[in-house]
Amino acid sequence: MSRIPVSALLGLVLTGGFFLVAIFAQWIAPYKMDELVGGVWDPMSAKHLLGTDSIGRDLLTRMIYGAQVTIFIATCATILSFVTGSVLGFLAATAGGWVDLALSRFVDLVMAIPSLILALVVLTAVDVSVFTLIVVMGLLDSTRVFRLSRAVAVDITVMDYVEAARLRGEGTSWVIFHEILPNALSPLVAELGLRFIFAVLFISTLSFLGLGVQPPLADWGGLVKENSAGLVYGIPAALAPAMAIAALAISVNLVADWVLSRTSSLKGGRGA
Amino acid sequence: MHNVLDIKGLRIEATSYPPGEAPRNVVLVNNVSVAVQQGRVLGLIGESGAGKSTIGLSAMAYGRGGVRLTGGHILLNGREIREASAGDLRILRGREVTYVAQSAAAAFNPAKRLMEQVIEASLLHGVMGRAEAEARAVDLFDKLGLPDPANFGNRYPHQVSGGQLQRAMTAMALCPKPDLVIFDEPTTALDVTTQIDVLVAIKAAIRDTGVAALYITHDLAVVAQVADDILVLRGGKKVEYGPTDQIINHPQEDYTRALVSVRSIDHVEKTEAPAVLSVSGITARYRGTNFDVLKNVSVDLPAGQTLAIVGESGSGKSTLARVITGLLPAAKGDLTFAGRKLSPDLASRSKDDLREVQMIYQMADTAMNPRQTVGTIIGRPLEFYFGLKGEAKRQRIQELLDDIEMGAGFIDRFPAELSGGQKQRVCIARALAAKPKLIICDEVTSALDPLVADGILKLLLNLQARESVAYLFITHDLATVKAIADKIAVMYRGQVVRYGSKTDVLTPPFDDYTDLLLSSVPEMQIGWLEKVLAGRKMESAGN
Amino acid sequence: MHPVVKLVTQRLALGLILLIAVSALIFFGVAALPGDAAQAMLGQSATPESLANLREKMGLNEPILWRYGHWLLGFATGDLGVSLSNGQDIAKSVGQRLGNTIFLAFWAAVIAVPLAITLGLIAARYNGRWPDKLISGVTLATISLPEFVAGYIVMYVLAVKFHLFPSMSMVFPGMGIFERLNAIILPVIVLVMVVLAHMMRMTRAAILNVMESAYIETAELKGLSPINVIWKHAFPNAIAPVVNVVMLNLAYLVVGVVVVEVVFVYPGMGQFLVDHVTKRDMPVVQACGMIFAAVYIGLNILADVVSILANPRLRHPK
Repeated sequence: MSRIPVSALLGLVLTGGFFLVAIFAQWIAPYKMDELVGGVWDPMSAKHLLGTDSIGRDLLTRMIYGAQVTIFIATCATILSFVTGSVLGFLAATAGGWVDLALSRFVDLVMAIPSLILALVVLTAVDVSVFTLIVVMGLLDSTRVFRLSRAVAVDITVMDYVEAARLRGEGTSWVIFHEILPNALSPLVAELGLRFIFAVLFISTLSFLGLGVQPPLADWGGLVKENSAGLVYGIPAALAPAMAIAALAISVNLVADWVLSRTSSLKGGRGA
Repeated sequence: MHNVLDIKGLRIEATSYPPGEAPRNVVLVNNVSVAVQQGRVLGLIGESGAGKSTIGLSAMAYGRGGVRLTGGHILLNGREIREASAGDLRILRGREVTYVAQSAAAAFNPAKRLMEQVIEASLLHGVMGRAEAEARAVDLFDKLGLPDPANFGNRYPHQVSGGQLQRAMTAMALCPKPDLVIFDEPTTALDVTTQIDVLVAIKAAIRDTGVAALYITHDLAVVAQVADDILVLRGGKKVEYGPTDQIINHPQEDYTRALVSVRSIDHVEKTEAPAVLSVSGITARYRGTNFDVLKNVSVDLPAGQTLAIVGESGSGKSTLARVITGLLPAAKGDLTFAGRKLSPDLASRSKDDLREVQMIYQMADTAMNPRQTVGTIIGRPLEFYFGLKGEAKRQRIQELLDDIEMGAGFIDRFPAELSGGQKQRVCIARALAAKPKLIICDEVTSALDPLVADGILKLLLNLQARESVAYLFITHDLATVKAIADKIAVMYRGQVVRYGSKTDVLTPPFDDYTDLLLSSVPEMQIGWLEKVLAGRKMESAGN
Repeated sequence: MHPVVKLVTQRLALGLILLIAVSALIFFGVAALPGDAAQAMLGQSATPESLANLREKMGLNEPILWRYGHWLLGFATGDLGVSLSNGQDIAKSVGQRLGNTIFLAFWAAVIAVPLAITLGLIAARYNGRWPDKLISGVTLATISLPEFVAGYIVMYVLAVKFHLFPSMSMVFPGMGIFERLNAIILPVIVLVMVVLAHMMRMTRAAILNVMESAYIETAELKGLSPINVIWKHAFPNAIAPVVNVVMLNLAYLVVGVVVVEVVFVYPGMGQFLVDHVTKRDMPVVQACGMIFAAVYIGLNILADVVSILANPRLRHPK
């Protein structure tokens, strides 16, 4: 089999690390999430590896719990957007006719408004909770998954082998699961990574604006907001969660890039 | 006469990047020597992958996508150019050597008028001034038989037809008065009737300008019409090299002999039999259009025989296949199959109706799911129609693989691991697995190299003799028709213009269109081109 | 009618229809959501009387279609309604802030567009070699940065550590143009960073796509120099995709502005919007949402129109 390039390997290791931290946050974190353990913005020390935050909580602890919140919300939103988007996308591609038309036009409409703006409008009207955030983010982003999976499926349905299956008399479910899905999987897997990054950036941005995860819970975006006031006085506490967001996004990006290049080389691959 | 081009011991390599494996070096051309004298035409012939285009472009010291000229000599007008600098190459490209691509439609810049592009090289290299170049271009347009030569150059590429673009590209190549022109399959992408006109125009232009030429093609009959000498290539190596007369009439090598005798399967038509399929009064149009693609089409296909549907692109022959399979329900008319009426719509056909009509496609590549093995592809109809499972299924798959002369070793292979011919054989096996009474073959050999296509035709004939299956054989290639048909229907613009037994259809007197079509198939005979032009009754659509 | 005129008219009409559909989505979509705008504003502890009062004031007792018609008509005539939180005329508050936002976005675009196209050309010219890899690597990193992260990093380094520029972008009426420009330097840098990566990557892809065409080979085989191949043959065909890329990314800039304004406390539309989301002031949020959506749709339509105008097949029909 093929060798994994260094960049992808680095991405895989870092991504894996972030997920492990998120899953085992309760056991890894040195202090309790809400415990006041020191002064306001204490500098880094052996006791507090990253110092303390704006009201004296251990920043490393906050970061570890923040990882859990960020990754949990982003993962749930990605799963929701994928399930909704790909099911509807495949349905539109195979059903065609008015089903396709109605779904596609509606998605066009939603995508005509920037996601952040639409999310802000919706979040004005509903009560903000982890659940509503996941639903809003997942559904808004499912429009992109819908477009991709519909496009991929439409490309496949015009292939002669799908026509051959229809001529044989195969049913719709056989066509979807045996002919379309196996061929649509690799581009969708690559997209999964990109959607996850988008979800991480999205929830971080919302929380930073104060419209995402609400205190006392905090994700990385919220931590940046909590500590941003210190920056002007030269206290870099807000940069730690900011870097964490960037590091997670970059490492997933490296993996997604690799998957993407592998699937495209598969498409262009010549037979022996 | 001096040698314009003299290639000695040429070796060309490239790096291939197989997915998931380390890059490796491949030798594309090995130890090929060839020479072209002033005013003469050299034909380069071979199947796909023979290295003919690669050698052609090496005359400009040009390698596509990482191709490297690694050994030997390329002498252009006596100068070694294989390792010339980029600057030196720029001076001779477009000046001493010019190039005519297979697809002129892609090779012209869509954003610029034809005239600008045709005279560009002449101006760039200072061969002549703008006025002179434009005058020469108009003259060449005229020579090449383009309509309204004085104004032709004002048009954009998308405003003229494919046959005209190919001629305009020839004008572009000849405009800077080069010493050598490389023609890279210039007529392959055209319809048969257009191909001949372009071929004639190119031949006349070469003669009038006295230029030397390399003519690259996979069709020996075409090259026999234009070339003085022929180099036969296979797998990047020389097979045979000599004057056209020797190659065509006295080939020395087995491979050349096979190429010369390709398309010469002589099929004796079968005697009349009751029809397995009757198409009567079919009229059809695509949804959302108001144009009848098929107009009142009626043909009969006798059981166990072959009906060839012949026509050019746009004649409606593939649409007829879609109507018969039920993919496009006809607006009017009836289909009778094996004595029963066939529902026009696929969805309301019985499983037996579906099983007994099978289809084989032109592109075997897209006709097989790339994620399924050969065993799964052939096994699915066995399971679906006959409920075969496990060992019984596996045994039947092996029998079918034997039938298509491939053997059980292929059962776990994926389509990507097969050659073009093997893929088409697997598609045949998949159709046979259903034990059909009728197989619709849609241009099944036109994407294949001639020798491979011959093998497929022979296989189809053998299978017909054994299984007594009927073929509806759709093709634009009359040589194929002669090889396989019992009955022929000639289609033109949605109508059947001539229909009957093979002998009747191919015996004069002809209607105008059949005459044009028949006279457009190049024959393996020197001087055929000149002969055919004298007797034509109708102009091709490409004019 | 000339096909280009016809297509452009069609696109413009489609844009108008889209805009009306978007307004309906923003209006009815919000109405269909669970929860009550009045309740949301006053919180769970509100008394029934104050709730009823507010509902009356917000017009929530009128039929919804009537409210929508009224709202849309108001929008067309420049009447955006009244803010719930402070009772001010929304159009008036928005006007000046919109000007500020456009000022910011304009300068970001002026810097980002030429820079992105130049870098895209360089990356395409040296495809696969070190300049390409360097540019691609750096842009991959900036793509992964959310706007506010980029914002704080830039602020920390340039304003706090080196004291080069003001960390807060205070602007007020009557400020001179140079003072204004000095105030917005940091947000402009951040917006350029954010938009540059996408724009450059897409420009590179568009040019490479053109460079793979058969007519580029034709030009090379005529003996044209690499510069001439790009200038005479690739460029005329690359204009449309590149302009398209630019427009799409300017639309993206609209979103970036929201966050960057909050980071630098810049008194523009974005900060105004976020403030009022926090206050649950639905009329203001809807009005701002519509304006952002309209700009976004307008730029997208403009991108379509440019590709129609640049297509030789449409300009010179058969």
